[in-house]
Amino acid sequence: MSIDIKTTKIEPRRVTFEHIAEKLGEGKTPSRYQEVMFGLQHEEVFHYRPTWDPGHEIFDADRTAVNMGDYEDLLDPRRYYYGTYVIQRSRQQESLEKNFAAVEKRGLLNALDASLIEKIRKVVIPFRHVEWGANNNNLFIAAYGFGTPITVAADFQGMDRLGNAQYITRIGLILSNNDPAILDQAKSEWLDEPMWQPLRKVIEDSFVIKDWFELHVLQNYLIDGIFHPLLFQHFDDEVVANGGASFAMVTEFFVDWFAESMRWADSTIKTAVKESDENRALIGGWIEKWLPVVSQAAEPLAGFIFADRSSEVLERISDQLAARTGKIGISARAA
Amino acid sequence: MAENVFIALQNNPDAQPIIEAIVDDNPGAVVNDSPGMVKIDCPKRLVIKRVTVEEKIGGEFNLQDIHLTLISLSGNIEEDDDEFVLHWNF
Amino acid sequence: MAEKPKRLNLNQKYQLMTRGLDWETTYQSMDEVFPYDRYEGIKIKDWDKWQDPFRLTMDAYWKYQAEKERKLYAILDSVAQNNSQLNISDGRYMNAVKIWMQGVTPLEYAAFRGFAMLGRGFRGAGARVACQFQSIDEMRHYQTQVHAFSHYNKYFNGFNQYSRIRDRAWYLSIPKSYFEDAVSAGPFELITAISFSFEYVLTNLLFMPFVSGAAYNGDMATTTFGFSAQSDESRHMTLGLEIIKFMLEQHEDNLPIVQEWLDKWFWRGYRLLGLVGTMMDYMLPKKVMSWRQAWEIYWEDNGMALFNDLARYGLRPPKHHEAATKEKYRITHEFWSTIYQFSHATALYTWIPTTEELDWLSAEYGELFDTVYRPRYEYWQELHEKGERFFQKRLPVVCNVCQIPIFHTMPDDPLMNCCLVSEYKGTKHQMCSQGCLDIFNREPEKYCQAYIPPQQIYQGNCGGASLEDYRKWLHIKDEETGEYYGSEDHVMWEQWQAQAAKPTGVAPAS
Repeated sequence: MSIDIKTTKIEPRRVTFEHIAEKLGEGKTPSRYQEVMFGLQHEEVFHYRPTWDPGHEIFDADRTAVNMGDYEDLLDPRRYYYGTYVIQRSRQQESLEKNFAAVEKRGLLNALDASLIEKIRKVVIPFRHVEWGANNNNLFIAAYGFGTPITVAADFQGMDRLGNAQYITRIGLILSNNDPAILDQAKSEWLDEPMWQPLRKVIEDSFVIKDWFELHVLQNYLIDGIFHPLLFQHFDDEVVANGGASFAMVTEFFVDWFAESMRWADSTIKTAVKESDENRALIGGWIEKWLPVVSQAAEPLAGFIFADRSSEVLERISDQLAARTGKIGISARAA
Repeated sequence: MAENVFIALQNNPDAQPIIEAIVDDNPGAVVNDSPGMVKIDCPKRLVIKRVTVEEKIGGEFNLQDIHLTLISLSGNIEEDDDEFVLHWNF
Repeated sequence: MAEKPKRLNLNQKYQLMTRGLDWETTYQSMDEVFPYDRYEGIKIKDWDKWQDPFRLTMDAYWKYQAEKERKLYAILDSVAQNNSQLNISDGRYMNAVKIWMQGVTPLEYAAFRGFAMLGRGFRGAGARVACQFQSIDEMRHYQTQVHAFSHYNKYFNGFNQYSRIRDRAWYLSIPKSYFEDAVSAGPFELITAISFSFEYVLTNLLFMPFVSGAAYNGDMATTTFGFSAQSDESRHMTLGLEIIKFMLEQHEDNLPIVQEWLDKWFWRGYRLLGLVGTMMDYMLPKKVMSWRQAWEIYWEDNGMALFNDLARYGLRPPKHHEAATKEKYRITHEFWSTIYQFSHATALYTWIPTTEELDWLSAEYGELFDTVYRPRYEYWQELHEKGERFFQKRLPVVCNVCQIPIFHTMPDDPLMNCCLVSEYKGTKHQMCSQGCLDIFNREPEKYCQAYIPPQQIYQGNCGGASLEDYRKWLHIKDEETGEYYGSEDHVMWEQWQAQAAKPTGVAPAS
């Protein structure tokens, strides 16, 4: 049956769902982002205590020491819901795919100077394990975090890191003409090479952190805030300066990705800091505790890449992070 | 004895060549139409061959593209670049 | 210069992209890093034996899912712009969609979080990645459903307060307790419960006939997200079958544990799906398939083929499946009778089927329907016509496991109510069936924690003692509940029909 719309009077009874109207104010039309962020996490009447954590409910605000009047305030500045997220990533994937195709077709990466290739192999390829660690940690936040906005964004962040790890794997396979030995070599260096051990230790230590907000600060703010600029800004520049422009074609995604992921990390941490002095002290304390450990973990890697320029590069990275920390509302003395 | 594997696809133009390829390659296949959906049953084993689908569409086809029209299936799956197979082992 | 690269096939590419990313931790012990994947007693010797048949990498995932989302949202936009709610078969239909939003969408959300737990929790990388894909898919499902229903909410009652009633309403404790039972268990039980018992064995009954029914009843939005979601479900189902085979192949000690879980989760899932069967038989004005027929196709044929295949691992079909098959002639009628009597305590409208619909049910269900259920409906219809619409005044006894009011009958006697009792620590607990009783007796400590709505209401924990107080606590207004004919939805629907060029739809029974 078809209906002639002009002759039919169709009056909506309401603009949106009750809980959203209460949150936004009567008569306001929510965005698609807001519709799927508010009121989704189960709040009450939990039937059984988890056998794996009988001290908490299935969803429980007490899994972090950070206190929010409303955990749904921890919104994602990118306003990603599933549809906008996958569509954005598929666009980036399409453009990166073209870059990879061009690099593969013309053998651009393999045309680089052998010493440069060796450096990429030793610095970038083992980093796939760092990304895998970040995947692990963000899945923890998605699983045990509290409130829909932070857990949804952490789930995206976790999948992004799997994507990063797989793109690094592809770079490795281009360098080795699809010989997987390059990955095995990188893994054994990740496990045994002294240069990687301080970072591997921080990451393994992060795997046993139970407070998801502390983990968010450590992984998405500190570890990423130091290591992503180190590799995909400063090391990238170094390779490009030495005639390796094609390398920048295959790392393009990491640069764009880090810029947006930084906005999310900064914004969520800033919201928690602004909420209360207690949160500010707590988060400040985590930064104070972890920043020196993460910074020290970067030293051997920076030393290997930049030799005598390494302290200069690390200083620039640390200044950049300190500036972010200041904007978040935490005194930068820790940095 | 119950022994069918099945695959169900959306009833749309993208699925049509896949359905035709299944019918060609699986003599035991039975096609059941429902609103919006086509369910194909086949005893023990059902195969989708890339080359047959490519003949139907007259162009390249990646077997992973069936994800775009797939609704459901039953059976153990074996997938490689050329074939997507559903089978029971008894 | 460079040698020609070796070509990688799909399988090799996947292996390289995902495998080897993980490592054996040494600065922290693996048991500290993965504290939850051993306490259930499942023994895994080699996680690398895990197979993901779909071999999905992130780039392919983004590409395919973006394409699905573009199509889906184009249709949702068009549904809103063209007021496609006017094209559904009848206003009553929308009550099936309300059940979906109130009962199923929250489970999709919980599955997103639950599978994130698995995506963090298993120590094998391949299994973890498969669970991560499922986690983000489930997130997709809850979000596309909210977006699809958002338009219907503007016109129909029963969607508005879904976020409130999800946790509180007695009838939504059925799906909620089901899922919380799974998530509060360990990771292997969770994945067995959801990916295998629910997704593989039972979910076809939900998505295929029901969504096909949505298509038949003119509901473009539900059809589109339903089928689009189901394409993800195919991956989830496969994950379910693979995890079962994986556990059974890893160690012989796993078999009895897995068998017990299958017994439990088959029954729990079957009870839950009675609600879906009721949607199919009673809430779709245009019928695609009865519950009985769907059960025969998807359980008796497809489900048994699956268990024939699994027999080589020593697995037998789940306990009490014969009882479920015996009940196929009555479960939906028992369910509808209950919802009909209690719909004044739900955010749904109910009705007595039209004569034409009763005839269809007679044809599908035969003598039992004609002797037991049809006369009851005809009696209630008479009362309604006299202005004495029947509503139950008392609260029902609810099964301590599945939380369904105890109205099901004995497997071999459709006239005898089935209520079984188990005494635990001095308290009596009622169960609706042998299946639920077995589940209770296996884990009494778990089930005696359950929040049983009628008991809570009588204890005064749900806003007060009267029905009006309870409804207020649920955020349900008087006009959003009870009988369909004469309801706000019905009046609105009739106005739309009158305004339309050509009125259509099923005539009201009264």
